Amino acid sequence: MENLTAKAFELRKTVLHMIYQAKTGHIGGDFSVMDILVTLYYIHMNVAPGREKDPDRDRFILSKGHSVESLYAVLCDKGFFPKEELLTYSTYLSKYIGHPNNKINGIEMNSGSLGHGLSVSVGMALAGKKDGRTYRVYTVMGDGELAEGSVWEGAMAAGHYKLDNLCAVVDRNRLQISGSTEDVMSHDNLEKRFASFGWYVIHAEGNSIKSLDEAFIKAKETRGMPTVIIADTTKGYGVSFMENKAGWHHKVPTEQELRAGLEELEEKRRAANE
Amino acid sequence: MNKIPNRQVICDVLVEEAKKDKDIVVLCSDSRGSASLAPFADTHPEQFVEVGIAEQSLVSIAAGLASCGKKAYAASPACFLSTRSMEQAKVDVAYSNTNVKLIGISGGVSYGALGMTHHSAQDIAIMGSIPNMRVYLPSDRHQTKCLIKALLSDEKPAYIRVGRNPVEDVYSPEDTSFVMNKATVLAEGSDVLVVACGEMVRPALDGVNLLKEKGVKAALLDMYCIKPFDEVTFLKYLNEVKAVVTVEEHTYLGGLGSLVSQITARENPKKVMNLSLPDEPVITGNSKQVFDYYNLNAQGIVTAVMELLV
Repeated sequence: MENLTAKAFELRKTVLHMIYQAKTGHIGGDFSVMDILVTLYYIHMNVAPGREKDPDRDRFILSKGHSVESLYAVLCDKGFFPKEELLTYSTYLSKYIGHPNNKINGIEMNSGSLGHGLSVSVGMALAGKKDGRTYRVYTVMGDGELAEGSVWEGAMAAGHYKLDNLCAVVDRNRLQISGSTEDVMSHDNLEKRFASFGWYVIHAEGNSIKSLDEAFIKAKETRGMPTVIIADTTKGYGVSFMENKAGWHHKVPTEQELRAGLEELEEKRRAANE
Repeated sequence: MNKIPNRQVICDVLVEEAKKDKDIVVLCSDSRGSASLAPFADTHPEQFVEVGIAEQSLVSIAAGLASCGKKAYAASPACFLSTRSMEQAKVDVAYSNTNVKLIGISGGVSYGALGMTHHSAQDIAIMGSIPNMRVYLPSDRHQTKCLIKALLSDEKPAYIRVGRNPVEDVYSPEDTSFVMNKATVLAEGSDVLVVACGEMVRPALDGVNLLKEKGVKAALLDMYCIKPFDEVTFLKYLNEVKAVVTVEEHTYLGGLGSLVSQITARENPKKVMNLSLPDEPVITGNSKQVFDYYNLNAQGIVTAVMELLV
């Protein structure tokens, strides 16, 4: 477990490099979601390079597609594609574009336009039920994303069809481009909302691998209804001057900020390993 | 007069094919009645998905199913499917290249008096402008049957629009010349070329027959495949004639007429007249009354051709 916390800090360094080099990306949401992705890909999800078409693999949809840099970093580290390819991120003619693209190994569906991922996941989960397969479907949504009406169409269908093979995670970092989610469009009653649509609601500390691991175990054990993990995270988690700052939603670091950020992430990585 | 609407033909084909192919899944948005899908829901409940009145998740769920190996047929009134679900069609279906066939039912002005909310006079423009999305408007029940059967054997996204009411046959069961993605030549002629699609093919055929009585030789193409557009057949006839008339149950903006005009301007500039719906809410009335008001009938086609040939 400690190693995975360290792994998440290491992968944040990769993300920071990518974004600095490409001069584009969404650092804030990348850093808040990283522990969720690491917990899924290193502990819970049944996926591996070479098995991209395996009908029994678990499925993952990054509904908050702008955090693709973190997903790329994880998939690359897992061996879905070589690091040289990752370094083409956002460059001329690269397929490693700023939102998930299913031309890339390990990415199931294109996303980027918010509010689609949950319904697509519902379709995947329904297919699993119809075919009698045991794979699970995971999707990660941003909390700002929940303002999209289509999210609730998907939530309604998942509850209606009692999709216990579906687990949604809300990256509850409480910030979106314009500022606090509670100022832009409040979501503080998420538990009641999902529960009223027939979901089992689980809370987790979203930047704690241990807490997330327990939440995913609980989700797997839940029968007869879909689960949602409301993961309380910190936007920009890991770099103190980025944390909880809406401005870091998609700001590109200066060279000085890059060095300071890498240094801090490295310190935290080492501490986690001790 | 034929009593079977094209939407019912689609259901009949799917009911039959689903017996053999368990991967066929039909989805609807509280539209099992209007899409004539009740027989499918009754005979193949395990292959049927109801999403309620939720057209966005209808399309996304279809895409999710398709990404797991299903052949997803999502049916919903064309007006909602083409506009409310446009982004899902763009992202989850076309961009992600999922095997989803979007069935727009009660298309065009099928809903007559229900007004602009229920008319789909923009769906060719909307769906046709999405990369990797094919667009088909079959003209009668026989062609609809051939088209759906052909689509079942491919894995690419498509939008298919059919109307609500039965349409008079263009073809016969014995003689339905259908080649996937090739326009059907319904009449030969070297004076003028008439290109029609969907429910406008039958009046176009009647118009061409009236022209024959007047000594005007009109060629007629049933361009059910709006995208991919069969340029080869079109150009073969374009090069022979003096002018072109297009007929469609759609606004002139971004539909069949626009495409034909663009290709004509590029390849062999000639006069093109677009018979279509106007860029405004259409009048109240049943389909026939609406068509007659806008000259989308045999006589309107004759008048347009005679004007062009003066």
